Amino acid sequence: MIINFDLKFEPIDLRPLNADLISHISHLISEYMKKYTYTEKKDTRSGFGAGLHEAGKKNDQVVALCADLIGSLKMDAFKKDFPERFFQTGIAEANMIGMAAGLTIGGKIPFTGTFANFSTGRVYDQIRQSVAYSNKNVKICASHAGLTLGEDGATHQILEDIGLMKMLPGMTVINPCDFNQTKAATIAIAEYEGPVYLRFGRPAVPIFTDPDQKFEIGKAWMVNEGSDVSIIATGHMVWEAILAGERLEEMGIDAEIINIHTIKPLDEEAILKSVGKTGCVVTAEEHNRLGGLGDSVAQVLSKHLPTPQEYVAVNDSFGESGTPAQLMKKYGLDAESIVNAVKKVMERKK
Amino acid sequence: MNADITKLESIAKQVRRDIVRMVHGCQSGHPGGSLGCADYFVALYFQVLKHDPSFNMDGIGEDLFFLSNGHISPVFYSTLARAGYFDVKELSTFRKIDSRLQGHPTTHEHLPGIRIASGSLGQGLSVAIGAAQAKKLNNDDRTVYVLMGDGELQEGQIWEAAMYAPHNKVDNLIATIDVNGQQIDGSTEQVLSLGNLEAKWLAFGWDVLKTNGNNMSELLEALDEAKRRSGRGKPIIILMRTEMGNGVDFMMGSHKWHGVAPNDEQLATALDQLEETLGDY
Repeated sequence: MIINFDLKFEPIDLRPLNADLISHISHLISEYMKKYTYTEKKDTRSGFGAGLHEAGKKNDQVVALCADLIGSLKMDAFKKDFPERFFQTGIAEANMIGMAAGLTIGGKIPFTGTFANFSTGRVYDQIRQSVAYSNKNVKICASHAGLTLGEDGATHQILEDIGLMKMLPGMTVINPCDFNQTKAATIAIAEYEGPVYLRFGRPAVPIFTDPDQKFEIGKAWMVNEGSDVSIIATGHMVWEAILAGERLEEMGIDAEIINIHTIKPLDEEAILKSVGKTGCVVTAEEHNRLGGLGDSVAQVLSKHLPTPQEYVAVNDSFGESGTPAQLMKKYGLDAESIVNAVKKVMERKK
Repeated sequence: MNADITKLESIAKQVRRDIVRMVHGCQSGHPGGSLGCADYFVALYFQVLKHDPSFNMDGIGEDLFFLSNGHISPVFYSTLARAGYFDVKELSTFRKIDSRLQGHPTTHEHLPGIRIASGSLGQGLSVAIGAAQAKKLNNDDRTVYVLMGDGELQEGQIWEAAMYAPHNKVDNLIATIDVNGQQIDGSTEQVLSLGNLEAKWLAFGWDVLKTNGNNMSELLEALDEAKRRSGRGKPIIILMRTEMGNGVDFMMGSHKWHGVAPNDEQLATALDQLEETLGDY
């Protein structure tokens, strides 16, 4: 790093410069990023499958319904061990949601399983009336969310589901970041009373969270403390945020990274505390820019702490066929996009 | 069955009075289908169902009833109140601000007797199937009842549910269709013909019964027969022919009173035809 003292043209007050210099030097010699490594990659849907099986073992009131996607949702283990508590509904998602609402009457805790697209948009009115408005204890579990569904293309890649579900009064919306967190979240929602939307995905992604973590609904997870910028990420974008944090560290930027696994209710306190410290924020999500996590964060900040914010999200478009990695790159949902957004937002806070 | 037909008919008259007065009171709501189904509701809540007006959502050990065509809420509310679920005086709050008696039934305001919100059509059969499955898991041998409108059968979800129940032998379920042949825009024949309903439900694998929903004896006989046939591996459906607006001559035989409130004069005419048997609210 070259620090250019050019005193020839105009006089400079050296006191603040010295303070900056000290801060810069201390940044250069410290390590900003907590190290995250992984030995294994696994899909978050398998985390759901494992969590569902565990929840079924712990509580015989847990039942599961699936609309012809048992393998895709990794519900095989639950079905095998608890066949009497498993309901194959066929390709009939509306009926599945209605049945789930009915099963709660009598004390059951139903988990419905299908792709995120068919878990939300296809059955929005059923969820709205029979689940949310009726305040039924249904867990809507949605796999293959977002672009990382890949080759099937835009018909199946829902990028609007977080928005759809967070708009429903009383609905809890959870989007965990890896296998372990998805498993923990699945077990946690079985113990929580009320309607929940649990969103997860198809591709194998690094496992970097604690296998024995306690999942607290509505509580943000501090991935890395920092002081220059807050990166607030959800789902698959949390790992990308970690990769971005490592590159930013090399550039002398100290990024705070927060995993918001629960988009609703949002941990406003954690967000305000972080942004109060860093003064700028990048939100990152595998979702449309409109209506997702970024908008939830913006709403909190606009009310309490107006702050420069950049969105890493899909820019109001549909997806397309491709490999998950190709799609995440093309639609600006990778570590590089986060790094660029950080540079941009740090310029804006000056 | 030892039913006091005269007594049940007398209660149904009061329910019909309540319906007309409630809809008049807020100048909105759906009198036609409500009047047509008054006998069915009274038969269920005063004769057929094992139920507890102190109300518990899970209804373990009780028969459960779900209303899928929620717009006929006036008949549901009146019947629940007359059966002791809440004070009949509350009927006067129907569709008014801060009321538990919302335009369409909801659990949201915690009105005793309501177990699911309905109004957006086509959802009740699925809910009833879920509740019936929960009863089986709980080794609870009581029955789940659900009422649908005939126009409502135009919703696709009904047929998803219609396919599911026989395949899975949901035989603790007695569904009923209010076949009044009317919907908002005209007769079901004109709007979107339902075709041969009996053949359709038989083809889907249901045990089908037919009855006259405005004749208390025939209705009770059908409900009794349905109960006898439950537990034999098939879900049961009753095609219940009713007259929309039954009990009020100028409301009968037309779709026009589906969702229209009577004015003062029409109310007086209607009430002249409906004896006050239990005391107005």
